[in-house]
Amino acid sequence: MSTVLERVTKVIVDRLGVEESEVKLEASFTGDLGADSLDVVELVMELEDEFDMEISDEDAESMATVGDAVTYIEKKQA
Amino acid sequence: MSKLAGKTAIITGASRGIGAEIARQFAANGAKVVVNYSGSQEKAEAVVADIQANGGEAIAVKANVSDSESVKAMVDGAMKTFGSVDILVNNAGITRDNLMMRMKDDEWDDVINTNLKGVFVCTKAVTRQMMKQRAGRIINIASIVGVMGNAGQANYVASKAGVIGLTKTTARELASRGITANAVAPGFITTDMTDQLTEDVQKAMLGQIPLGRFGAPEDVAKAALFLASDDASYMTGQTLHLDGGMVM
Repeated sequence: MSTVLERVTKVIVDRLGVEESEVKLEASFTGDLGADSLDVVELVMELEDEFDMEISDEDAESMATVGDAVTYIEKKQA
Repeated sequence: MSKLAGKTAIITGASRGIGAEIARQFAANGAKVVVNYSGSQEKAEAVVADIQANGGEAIAVKANVSDSESVKAMVDGAMKTFGSVDILVNNAGITRDNLMMRMKDDEWDDVINTNLKGVFVCTKAVTRQMMKQRAGRIINIASIVGVMGNAGQANYVASKAGVIGLTKTTARELASRGITANAVAPGFITTDMTDQLTEDVQKAMLGQIPLGRFGAPEDVAKAALFLASDDASYMTGQTLHLDGGMVM
């Protein structure tokens, strides 16, 4: 069973076409990983599918980094 | 004959008039059609029966286009029944004509809600699926009065001008995901909605139409079919005027 971070990383690598090594916890989607605002919306959609959960627009807006997403998902799964 | 083979189209306000004709033509061209209606269940079911009798696939779905919950249920239903949502035709529209001086707030609100907010709500609801598919067609039925203005229709004109602006923004936001958005701006098309106009008004309008006749729902449906087909793949953010030359 992969960890949340591994699964989030895979989604990001597939969607944004970045190297796995670039996907660090502190990496920001728009700053470090080159996502535009629409990419972020799509990332959130794919995370919803991957983890079978609903992420509200408000929560999505507060996710700026890979770490934010991982923490959010782990908290929601707990 | 099968320009839309394998595609699923949601057509709002499709129980009669232009919407019903678009539903019939899309189905005749191979699309699986969601015939949306808000009140006229019998008419919507008649459109579905008509399509099925001609060998097409269609379902009737009730939804208030300005209510996001109800629209979401419609889109989910379309996905469950047909497996994709490839085309959205935002056609549902109402009129509550009055001189601006006499127009009540609720006449304004009702028209803006259905005609403009409805387009926003329905477009938003299909976008998720279309983005995943990396393909989609959004076709908004505006009106030529949204371009030229019309006395006695402040609410309707504002809603339709708004739809044209919304079409351009939708086109820009979603182009990178393979989704196009275009509008059709019909002029005077003979439907239940225009039959309500007095004979004098109808005569006056005829005088403004260079081609000297009113249009038919088929004319609008053919333009929508073009915009939904692969033939229009390089076109986005545009408004096609179908008005016998009223506005040039």
